[in-house]
Amino acid sequence: MTNPNGRFGIHGGQYIPETLMNAVIELEQAYNFYKNDPAFNQELTALLNEYAGRPSRLYYAEKMTTDLGGAKIYLKREDLNHTGSHKINNVLGQALLAKKMGKTRLIAETGAGQHGVATATACALLGMECVVFMGEEDIRRQALNVYRMKLLGATVVPVHSGTGTLKDAVSEAMREWTSRVSDTLYCLGSVMGPHPFPTIVRDFQAVISKEIKQQILEKEKRLPRAVIACVGGGSNAIGSFYHFINDTEVKLIGCEAAGKGVDTFETAATISTGRVGIFHGMKSYFCQDKYGQIAPVYSISAGLDYPGIGPEHAYLHDTGRAEYVPITDEEAVCAFEYIAKTEGIISAVESAHAIAHAMKLAPTMDKNESIVITLSGRGDKDCAAIARYRGENIHE
Amino acid sequence: MSNIKKAFENGKAFIPFITCGDPDLETTAAVVRAMAKNGADLIELGIPFSDPTAEGPTIQGANIRALKGGVTTDRIFELVKELRKDVSVPMVFMTYANVIFSYGAEKFISTCKNIGIDGLILPDLPFEEKDEFLPLCNKYDVDLISLIAPTSEKRIAMIAKEAKGFIYIVSSLGVTGVRSEIKTDLVPIIEIVRQNAAVPCAIGFGISTSEQAKKMAALSDGAIVGSAIIKLVEKHGKNAAEYVGAYVKSMKDAVR
Repeated sequence: MTNPNGRFGIHGGQYIPETLMNAVIELEQAYNFYKNDPAFNQELTALLNEYAGRPSRLYYAEKMTTDLGGAKIYLKREDLNHTGSHKINNVLGQALLAKKMGKTRLIAETGAGQHGVATATACALLGMECVVFMGEEDIRRQALNVYRMKLLGATVVPVHSGTGTLKDAVSEAMREWTSRVSDTLYCLGSVMGPHPFPTIVRDFQAVISKEIKQQILEKEKRLPRAVIACVGGGSNAIGSFYHFINDTEVKLIGCEAAGKGVDTFETAATISTGRVGIFHGMKSYFCQDKYGQIAPVYSISAGLDYPGIGPEHAYLHDTGRAEYVPITDEEAVCAFEYIAKTEGIISAVESAHAIAHAMKLAPTMDKNESIVITLSGRGDKDCAAIARYRGENIHE
Repeated sequence: MSNIKKAFENGKAFIPFITCGDPDLETTAAVVRAMAKNGADLIELGIPFSDPTAEGPTIQGANIRALKGGVTTDRIFELVKELRKDVSVPMVFMTYANVIFSYGAEKFISTCKNIGIDGLILPDLPFEEKDEFLPLCNKYDVDLISLIAPTSEKRIAMIAKEAKGFIYIVSSLGVTGVRSEIKTDLVPIIEIVRQNAAVPCAIGFGISTSEQAKKMAALSDGAIVGSAIIKLVEKHGKNAAEYVGAYVKSMKDAVR
């Protein structure tokens, strides 16, 4: 799927300062070696299974299925992983890789805080220094995760530039990497940025679809009709899609954050409202104005509040292999409440975007068909914000 | 022949930078004229970008102020057209790949040619990605400037061999901004550049004092200064031209 220059169709590439070029080349070489190294893979699998709790469950949501009255609904429970989201899959891989490369320090960006918490966790476990960049707006709305990172020994650096959200945290982490490359690896949290990150992160997240495939074949004896996941940068989505890309009978659906609607400026739906551009090291779709200035996007979900999308998703969109749909704040919050009451699961508001689409889709489908929704994370971190959205005056 | 060559015919070059539209385009026009009048050999005009990932806080601030003031690529083209009536010093644009890509690369680069822009400096377009714009730059005779960093190592010769206009040597790790001391040993880097390049080289990032500029220009063919000038603009606002002019004169005197 990736060509040697890290392209997915026209997307991808390495649009970064010269200062970082040798660092990404070194990373690519190390990754190409270790990905085929049995000892590395054994060590990583042990960490994923014994420490992070893999494989994650594929849970048949019977009550939701009955209530919606259509396709059988399965939930891929990435929320049950250690640290509470799929982010740990990638982080354990990258942290172990960094360690093999002789790096002693990881830097990371975070939006909702899930990737920051996962990186802080891996650093604590592997004895590495950890610095996490986080927008000041996100620090405000995700205070609990900030505390978790600090508790795990990480330094959290508030980012005041721009909109104080995920895009600014990525920019600041990239700036930090240019100032300190010899002992530091940028542990990027999504399938974005310059090559080789979109490929490395995808490979580490592909465990999700590898497991889904085995689990659904055991349970249903056939492939699902659709796999649905939320998309910001798109790491849980590409992880959920990857092993189904060649199974063309399986629909792949990414759910973007529409915020207050794709017809407003308060949206983060990149495929619906963006166009091709070059930013954060990659060519892909971005929300931007006529002159290429990156748009200040908005979503209730800090993890999806990003003006771009990973280059492989851009390619899957161009080829029509995957479909990307916008989900508003209101739809996501309704889904968040629905799955709590129906299945007793408090989902991350990011993942609730995928649930919201499944709620529309399932009733239109045959009862013999199944769909898989990736529950990318748990929602404890979102309770206060959603209570406030509903007008309840809760503070963490 | 590239017009940029002329910038290096007057002793060591002094190359000042300004973000267009900070705080407004009238000020930029006055500052550019003051730079030209006081001995600038090449002027870097920054087209602001919303998320300038290679810039430190000073130039980030200039980008924000300029965009808040409503500056656009088209308005900057108009400014250059106006300046070219009386300013003959070589001028290049410094901006980010998306500003060009989004405008339409051919439309952008052909306009550069038409209004008298001699080159492009794009900090997020490394050697591996230069084909994004290089064929168009060649077509319209606009030099795509190459950057070499302290981390470039084995890449230096490869980049230097194909460089056009001049080579921008990044003095230090990190982003743009004033530094009290430039610690990188640039001598071995410049040696490899000299062996491989057909064009001059100038050093930028972190230079603010005349002592630093003199030292850097002695090592290479010129010194580039950005953040120190932006600080003057930030401090003096609409009256910045006079102060920037005096600063440029002192810096040119130091490097020549």
